[in-house]
Order: sequence, then C-alpha cells, then structure tokens
Amino acid sequence: MIKVEGLTKRYGPTTAVNNISFEVARGEIVGFLGPNGAGKTTTMRILTGFLPPTLGKASVAGYDVMDHPLEVKKRIGYLPETPPLYPEMEVVEFLDFVGRLKGIPSADVPKRVDSVLERCALGHVRHKIIGHLSKGYRQRVGLAQALIHGPDVLILDEPTAGLDPKQIIDVRKLIHALSGEHTIILSTHILPEVSGTCSRVLIINEGRLEASDTPENLTARLQGHDSLWVDVDGPAADVELALSAVPGVTRVVRENGHSPRTAWQVETANDPEIRSQVARTVIERGWALYEIRPIGLSLEEIFLKLTSKEEAVEQALVGEPGADSSGTAESGETVPAVDRGESSGGGAA
Amino acid sequence: MRNIWTIARRELYSYFSSPIAYIVLAMFAVLFGFFFYSAVAIFVQFSAQAAMQPGAPPMNVNQFIVQPTLGNFGIILLLLTPLITMRLFAEEMRSGTIELLLTSPVHDYEIILGKWLGAMLLYACMLAVSLLNLSILFIVSTPDWRAMLVGYVGLLLMGGAFLAMGAFISTLTRNQIVAGAVTFCLFLLLWVLDWAGSYNTSIIGRICSYLAIAPHFEQFSKGVIELKDAVYYLSAIAAGLFMSKRSIESLRWRA
Repeated sequence: MIKVEGLTKRYGPTTAVNNISFEVARGEIVGFLGPNGAGKTTTMRILTGFLPPTLGKASVAGYDVMDHPLEVKKRIGYLPETPPLYPEMEVVEFLDFVGRLKGIPSADVPKRVDSVLERCALGHVRHKIIGHLSKGYRQRVGLAQALIHGPDVLILDEPTAGLDPKQIIDVRKLIHALSGEHTIILSTHILPEVSGTCSRVLIINEGRLEASDTPENLTARLQGHDSLWVDVDGPAADVELALSAVPGVTRVVRENGHSPRTAWQVETANDPEIRSQVARTVIERGWALYEIRPIGLSLEEIFLKLTSKEEAVEQALVGEPGADSSGTAESGETVPAVDRGESSGGGAA
Repeated sequence: MRNIWTIARRELYSYFSSPIAYIVLAMFAVLFGFFFYSAVAIFVQFSAQAAMQPGAPPMNVNQFIVQPTLGNFGIILLLLTPLITMRLFAEEMRSGTIELLLTSPVHDYEIILGKWLGAMLLYACMLAVSLLNLSILFIVSTPDWRAMLVGYVGLLLMGGAFLAMGAFISTLTRNQIVAGAVTFCLFLLLWVLDWAGSYNTSIIGRICSYLAIAPHFEQFSKGVIELKDAVYYLSAIAAGLFMSKRSIESLRWRA
C-alpha cells in the first residue's frame, strides 16, 4: 500500500530524513516511534505530498507522491500534529467543507458527514463552534476530517499528544476500530501507544530508520539475552560475585530490594537452563531465595536503547536474536562480567 | 471549478463569522457615505448658482456626483483592502490549516483562485453598499446608468488588482500584521507613484505614472473603457495571482 525507498529530506545543511526505506501492507497499523525531531513528521509530510523529498521515492497505492500528487491525496487522510481546524466554523460546516474539498460528490457529502460524526462520537457537538471545543473534541474533529472521504491510508501525526488519559484511551479505541478498513501510519514518542495499537513499529532516530518489527519481535530481538529478577537474602558483595560466576551470566545489576534482602537484575544468555543454575547457586550458598522471575524489556527500554548513543547499546543492536550469538555480539558487555566471574571464582576457591 | 467555489465559499463564511466583514463594511459605508454626501452637497450648491445665470448649460449628475464619488473610491480601497487580504494565507499558515489545503486533492491554482474569489465576494458586498447610495440618484434624477456600469466594471478591476497583490503579500508571512502593513505600504506607493510623473516628464517619470494605480481608473469613472487601463488592471490581477501561486509552491520547499 505504501512504499518508501531511500527517502531523504534535507533542509539546507541539516538532514531531517536520511535514506529511509520501508513498506506498509494493506490493513497494517504501523507506528513511527522516535524522539521529537527524529524525522517522523517530515516523513509523514512527504507521504501526504505536503513536502517533496530531496532524494528517493515514495508511493501510495501505486501512485508516486511526486508524479501523481492528486491521486495520492485522494487516498490519504491526514491528521497533522495540530489538527487543521478553522476555529470560527461549526463542526458540521467544517466537515462539509472538508468533504467537498476532498472531492466527495455534493449529494453524498451530508451522508458522509453524518457517518463520521457518528464514528467519532461527535453527534452532540455538531453545531458547536470548533473554537469552543475542548482539546479532546478537537482531536476527534481532526480525525473525522481525515476520515471523511473514506481514504485507504490514514496518516496520524501524534494523534494522542496533549490529551488527558481518558481522551487518550478514547482516541486509541477509535484508531483500533478503524484498523480493519484503513491502512494506518501513526507517529508517537509515547511507547505504550505503539505496543497497544500497532502491528509493526518503525523506530526512527535522527532521520534514520533504526529498527522495524512487531512490538513482540522487537522485544525478543533486543533481548538476545534474557533478564532475570533475583531477590536474595545474603551479603550483597558475595551475592554479586556468586551470581556473576554462573556460566552464561553476562551482567549483574543491583536493584532496590526489601532490606536486608538484595534484589538483582541478572542478564543472561538466552537459555532457560541458566535460571535453574542461578537458583541452584543461591541455594547452595545457603542464602534464601525469595524470588526469581524472567523480565522482558519493555518497549520503553528498547526505545531508550535504540535511541541513546552508548556504544554498548549499539553493540546490543547489532546482536542477532538467539542464544548462540550472544557470546560474540555482546562481547563488549561480556568482558566485565567475565572479569568479575574469574575473580569471584578465584575468591571462592 | 467546484474546488474553487468550495474554497471561496468557506473564505466568505470566515469573513462573515468573524468581525472583519462587518467592520470593513461598516467603515466602508461611513467613508463612502461621506464622499457621496459631499459630492451631492457640492452639486446642490453649484446647481443653485447655475440657476441664477440664465443660459448656463444644465448640470450633469454623472459628471458632478458619480465621477468624483467613484474617483474617491480608490482611497477607501487603499485603506480597507489590506484588512481583507492580510489574513488570506497568513492566518492559514499560522494555524496550520494550510496543511489541510495542501494535502487535499486540489491544485494550487484552485486554492489561490478560491481565496481571491472569496475576497472578491466580500468586495462585491462593498460595491453593493455603494450602489445603495448611488441608487438614490435614480429617484431624484436620471443619471446615465451605462456610464455608471462602466465605472463599476473599473472598480471591480481595480479592487481585483488590490486583492490579488494583497493575497500575494499574505503568502509571504504567517504574521497578519506584517502582511497588512506591507500591503498597505505597497498600495500607498502605487497610489502616490503618479505624483512623481506629474512634475517629471523623463522616462522614469512616465514609467512611474503608468505604474500608478489611480490614473488608470480616471477613464472608467467617466464611463469610458480604455484598453490600456483594462490591460493594466488585468495584468496586475494576473501578476498577483501568479506570484501567489509561486509563493505557495515554494512553501513546500521552504517549510
């Protein structure tokens, strides 16, 4: 449905979008995730034909955005970051105007307006002046505006930005309800949004596409290693040494536990066997094991990992999913653990 | 065509749902009413004097009332058209609604023409108000309606030129005040250009007086259509709209 190849956009010396390529299939909900200024809005604006790309191609439903802008615009419903509303108009009149502007035959316009009003739960404010509406309602009018001509593709730029939690849930439900008949691209810098609504996530940072996968796969891929939460009653220094000594453990981080117990986040290679070894180690030393459970990386962490610049993180990114790769790909992280492992081994001996 | 009309209608709607239309029309009614009143007052005084002198030719309503009143019309336009045009694009760019227009399946020229037409419709309302005044003449006298019609054609052309140039300036900024001020300065300059021509007969002086906007209306106000005057206004309209289109196109590159 949407195909983007080598898209680049420069504003003078700054590159807002740098060689991005992706495809979106019909009916998919794809989330653009990235910090502010990452190039999400620019990418969307190019797709909608609002901005021309510097390099590369983008097409919607088979029509190139530069060569056939009108065909593309007919098929796209676009909600920019600030909904494009005329504050002096009534909701109904505004939607009527947009409907005509989008090329709906005059006779069908009232019918379409009624149907989007219902869809976006705007029926009771239809004769209100847009300028008098609350932010949540304006956002919904913005959505109604994007939907009115029944576009194949919906492009929503931060659809829940600035809304209160209840309104966020409403808008998300609405987006979810739309997913059947429209292909949707939405952008956000809030993570739960993507994991809640999107079937695929594109992580964009500094104009580059950093990752593209389902929320689940992305988590798994970054995991390459498992993380364990271990709650132990024992002397902190000894516990750390002992845990680090377990073969397969790559990193041990102390967390806040219930004193006098200590809690640890233990990163290990992707092998369930290690869990039992960790447990055995703790028990064999005679410490009390209160809790041991696997923890998955939340998207939030992935996002931070993907978009922060630490070298270790970049190496983690290179890592392939699967247990066997962890040894090589994470060598940068492994080294300190091994060091500690050796020294602890020496101490124990 | 349908798109142009859709945009023009919305534009007119916005004028009338904000105070702008009412303020512009009210100010126009006062100013035009005063010009009309003073022309009539002078006419009454002169015709009283003429009645004293036997053998004097009868005074002509067109020449003494219609022509000076319409001739002064330009001064009102100078003041009021920047108020009409300054928001045309500046407001859309500030509020972000330009993004709606530019991502809708319409051509750039349809957006420009639609907005200009919307402004022209408000201007037509001003002309209608002025006709209310002039129609009094038909009750008390028999002015030549054909000459008056030509005068109004001239007014439409002159107003169209003002509005097209104002629309262009409005595409250059997202600040309405800036757009309004620059527009007013440009119009004032175009207005006073023929002062240079009046005492300077060099080539520059002649160019200045040809570029000035007011002298081209003189023949129209007398009821005469001169080709060069019509061409002047039509090319000003075309230039204004064309530059607006270019400017809107460049928005995509500048944004």
